Amino acid sequence: MNNRARQHAILPLLLLISTLLLAACGSSESNVDQGNRSGTLHWGNGTEPQSLDPHIATGVPEHHIITALMEGLILKDSETLAPKPGVAESWTISADGRIYTFKLRENARWSNGDPHNAHDYVWSWWRALQPALGNLYAYMYFSIENAQEYYEGTVTDFDQVGVKALDDYRLQVTLSNPTPYFLQLLDHYSLYPVHRATVEKFGAADERGTRWTYEGNNVGNGAFQLLDWKINRRVTVQRNPYYWNTDSVRLNQIVFYPTENVVSEERMFRAGQLHRTSTIPADKIPVYLEAQDSSLHIAPYLGTYFYRINTRVPHLQDKQVRRALAMTIDRETISKSILKAGQIPAYAMTPPGTMGYYPESDLSFDPEAARQLLADAGYPNGEGFPATEILYNTSEGHRKIAVAIQQMWKKYLNIDIKLLNQEWKVYLDSESAGNYEISRAGWIGDYVDPNSFLDMFLCNGGNNRTGWCNAEYDRLIADVAPTVKTHAERLAVFGQAEKILMDELPVIPIYIYTSVNLVNNSVKNYADNILNQPSFTEMYLQAEPQQKRLTEDQH
Amino acid sequence: MLRFAFYRLLQAIPVLLIVISLTFMLVHSAPGGPFSADKAVPPEVIKALEAQYNLDQPLWQQYVSYLGDVLQGDFGPSFKYPGRDVTELIAAGLPATAELAFYAMLVALVIGVSAGVAAAMRPNTAQDYIPMSAAMIGICMPSFLLGPLLVLVFGIYLEWLPVSGWDDMPGDKILPAITLGTGYAAYIARLSRGGMLEVLSQDYIRTARAKGLSEPLVIAKHALRGGLIPVVAFLGPAFAGLLGGSFVVETIFQIPGLGRFYVQAAFNRDYTMILGTTVFFSTLIIVFNLLSDMLAIWLNPKLRQQTRGES
Repeated sequence: MNNRARQHAILPLLLLISTLLLAACGSSESNVDQGNRSGTLHWGNGTEPQSLDPHIATGVPEHHIITALMEGLILKDSETLAPKPGVAESWTISADGRIYTFKLRENARWSNGDPHNAHDYVWSWWRALQPALGNLYAYMYFSIENAQEYYEGTVTDFDQVGVKALDDYRLQVTLSNPTPYFLQLLDHYSLYPVHRATVEKFGAADERGTRWTYEGNNVGNGAFQLLDWKINRRVTVQRNPYYWNTDSVRLNQIVFYPTENVVSEERMFRAGQLHRTSTIPADKIPVYLEAQDSSLHIAPYLGTYFYRINTRVPHLQDKQVRRALAMTIDRETISKSILKAGQIPAYAMTPPGTMGYYPESDLSFDPEAARQLLADAGYPNGEGFPATEILYNTSEGHRKIAVAIQQMWKKYLNIDIKLLNQEWKVYLDSESAGNYEISRAGWIGDYVDPNSFLDMFLCNGGNNRTGWCNAEYDRLIADVAPTVKTHAERLAVFGQAEKILMDELPVIPIYIYTSVNLVNNSVKNYADNILNQPSFTEMYLQAEPQQKRLTEDQH
Repeated sequence: MLRFAFYRLLQAIPVLLIVISLTFMLVHSAPGGPFSADKAVPPEVIKALEAQYNLDQPLWQQYVSYLGDVLQGDFGPSFKYPGRDVTELIAAGLPATAELAFYAMLVALVIGVSAGVAAAMRPNTAQDYIPMSAAMIGICMPSFLLGPLLVLVFGIYLEWLPVSGWDDMPGDKILPAITLGTGYAAYIARLSRGGMLEVLSQDYIRTARAKGLSEPLVIAKHALRGGLIPVVAFLGPAFAGLLGGSFVVETIFQIPGLGRFYVQAAFNRDYTMILGTTVFFSTLIIVFNLLSDMLAIWLNPKLRQQTRGES
């Protein structure tokens, strides 16, 4: 081939390449359409799961996958979150509320077909309490008699811990104190059982990070089993034929995507690549709201956004100062103009309605009274008030709120506030070392009970971090609440404690979170609950041909 | 040539040692540890975890044992993903990143060289200004802007191409390759224009033309080889840059590549992962620079003479 001919060959070659490329992009069926036909749910899951070991994992993405693969003694109703039978078909509670006896299903099996019984629980809970395992959720066990003592090493014999297999299918759990939310804890993955033979096949029971959870190895007792786990790509689970209730499961597969970039995730949703997103970019919410797009799901979420005040800082030691700060945050404006997703302004730590609990709080937006309080504290019209810093972890959302509060405090109290953003791990370090003045924070309840929000402010609470300590508060939360007889009495005790907290204000509550997801209309039985935990065993897919087109046209 | 390569590889050893030492010191002096979390971590857990990853040993001891492990090709376990080795994570991310870099390089070369050569053939005319202005825009346009724009047009409005993914759907590699390749295409266009202009003014080109060769033949046979030397010299660093700098594109298109691990590792204080990926990328950069230097020597008779003279 001479040079001219070679040159002439380049053009057709380029044409061929471009034709091939274009042919590759012919309109193929979207994930959603294909999924609706085959019963495959395409789930935007946020991030790559760190671990699928229920005794090691900690995050929300891990939670979703683990609840598909495993099941606890108890399940929760996906609407009301009331406990309902899971692996345990029934249970009894002793009159003093301390002894729970569970009757396990005899037809429950592990996903490899092995029988599943009460001894699995005793062994699994023993494993979860081994400090070497590094289980961050070990405290979820601490309502069980001697569990904390065993974990901390003051009790060395596991037989003294309140869990016992009475026979193959009866499990008895003894609590230190009556714990009304105990049944709920059983649906948390940290209390799920693991398959002993599988765990031991890949390493010691308390060895962290063995390969037992990986594809081909993983054995669970849930409605689905692990099909493949492609790092940073997807985790696929398929229906587990050995699941005790497999006939009622209507999804055949779930594909979990590590959709870290929320902007891309929203685009994937619009292009029909996902049935559900893990969240939605804040600036997109008004667009969906305006279009009255039914795929936008906004629901109250069991979490509070608040500011911690470091009460060790001299000028923040005076509770009048803290009160003045708390009373000059216009929460309604923050919620309506900045957040825009129906967040509820918070005037107490515990989200209202948590287990029927509505905190009383006399906190309100009252600049006039706040100015007086600040003057009483020695700073009339803000004069002489030291420049104070708000610390937040780098994020556009946190910055917007901090700027708004900075302006509100300047406007209403005439005080100067500086903003300091730090990268996540640096921020965590600063906050836990008490190296801050005011710091942004958020808390999501582990279980639906006021205790999940209030016990963090005990004097020695690891998550307190404000330096605040109140003996009466400690007494109410740690000593009185666990021992009272009735639910109403218990709520009243929490009410008293929260009143102290909101009088002293080592924390300034700002708003109650909402969960925001995009869910394709073909996903049925998707229940929005305050834990944002829809049930994969109840969901199913039914195509709605109009939906996709509508979504695209509106944006 | 072989001696040249051998000496360059010898030089790489102290370079890598410095990279490892510096990175090791930097990651260990960064505030915030690998196990700090939103929720307070009990001291028992911290102790257990630190013991497991040898973080309870003195720093120098950790350094020495890390060096020993690296020499044996063992980058250690990831802190963030219990049970995964750094080598395993690199192996999982590398194929997608390498493939993306390869396609981006193809895009960059095809567009860049043709635009650059076309511009050099008629300097200071529209045929020069248009591609060169486009190249300027291409260099200035960051991938985090170009990527979403392409997605909006081709993914959402025209529905021709998938908006994200890798190996999931037909055509899902096209937009990422174009997004990543465009900036490099622009750069290559400018390099090849400069190189070609210089070569086209040489005597031997005038001779070729005087002998009556057609212009395309002059370009293809005589000018390209010399004119593209700057491009070839750029290929090594460019390929290393494509491999190491694909993070943004990987994030936009949800590509399961190495770039995402690399950046996340820093945020997670996943010490072994940061070190492993840094050492890996440094090695790549060294190797690619060496390869492109060798290619440039092979292409350029003058340089070939020089290396021979030295050795």
